Amino acid sequence: MFDLTGKCALVTGASGGIGGSIAKALHGAGATVGLSGTRTEPLEALAAELGERAFVLPCNLSDADAVNALPKQAAEAMGSVDILVNNAGITRDNLFMRMSEDEWQSVIDVNLTSTFRLCKGVMRGMMKSRWGRIVNISSIVGATGNPGQGNYAAAKAGMIGMSKSLAYEVASRGITVNAVAPGFIATAMTDKLNDDQKSGIMGQIPAGRMGSPEEIAAAVLYLSSNEASYTTGATLHVNGGMAML
Amino acid sequence: MSDIADRVKKIVVEHLSVEEDKVTEAASFIDDLGADSLDTVELVMAFEEEFGIEIPDDAAETIQTFGDAVKFITEAS
Repeated sequence: MFDLTGKCALVTGASGGIGGSIAKALHGAGATVGLSGTRTEPLEALAAELGERAFVLPCNLSDADAVNALPKQAAEAMGSVDILVNNAGITRDNLFMRMSEDEWQSVIDVNLTSTFRLCKGVMRGMMKSRWGRIVNISSIVGATGNPGQGNYAAAKAGMIGMSKSLAYEVASRGITVNAVAPGFIATAMTDKLNDDQKSGIMGQIPAGRMGSPEEIAAAVLYLSSNEASYTTGATLHVNGGMAML
Repeated sequence: MSDIADRVKKIVVEHLSVEEDKVTEAASFIDDLGADSLDTVELVMAFEEEFGIEIPDDAAETIQTFGDAVKFITEAS
């Protein structure tokens, strides 16, 4: 099951915990992977670890020109982009009343607008080949909200609405667009939380633990597969039961 | 009929699976040839590739009929 041999996947934020796991899972299923991120060093290390069928494609997602160029670069490196995983994301938390325009805009730009640009950029190739998979990594916070994360929650909820709209438009062309909404996953992003915050969160998770990046990657692998061809416009919540949506 | 019109017609016939004689000068892709809005986007993509031209989005919106397409492409190429 879940054989991606011959498929080429572009993963953004591949230098991070979840993105790296996603790239490994897709690569492990036989896909060629394009590893995108801002920091070249961890991307190179991941590519070296994966060996064949891995390409490093550095890109600063806050740079519109660089984002618009990325799908073409990826297609040139790999031959095509059959699977796009919009995983990259940043947080700039602040209480709503203190949130600056810059904090708002930078999170919307990197998390939501770059997703729009990349989806648009890969669509032509997917339309022509009558096959495509887009998986947008949203967040539980996009569905539930979270104090201090008005910008992040807006961007992540925006990704879900955008995914559904695009899913409508391209379903007849064999292209699916879905979202995965992780709950609290043990990564550098959640490491920033202090112990009090962590234990508070843990009490709200029926599974009683944080999730692992591999558990998110498994959901992405499914949605990227041929087996998921009838699943589109869906949001797969992977959160240990923290919010049963 | 010009070479451009022949090539455009071939693309339209193949893409929309319509009879060749239905593709008249005034035939609207959507109203007469059964295209949906996404088909029109794909037709424009196919024209761009066939003729090696760029059709910007605002121009693409004005290409509603077979005649519009031939006219635009003749002027652009």
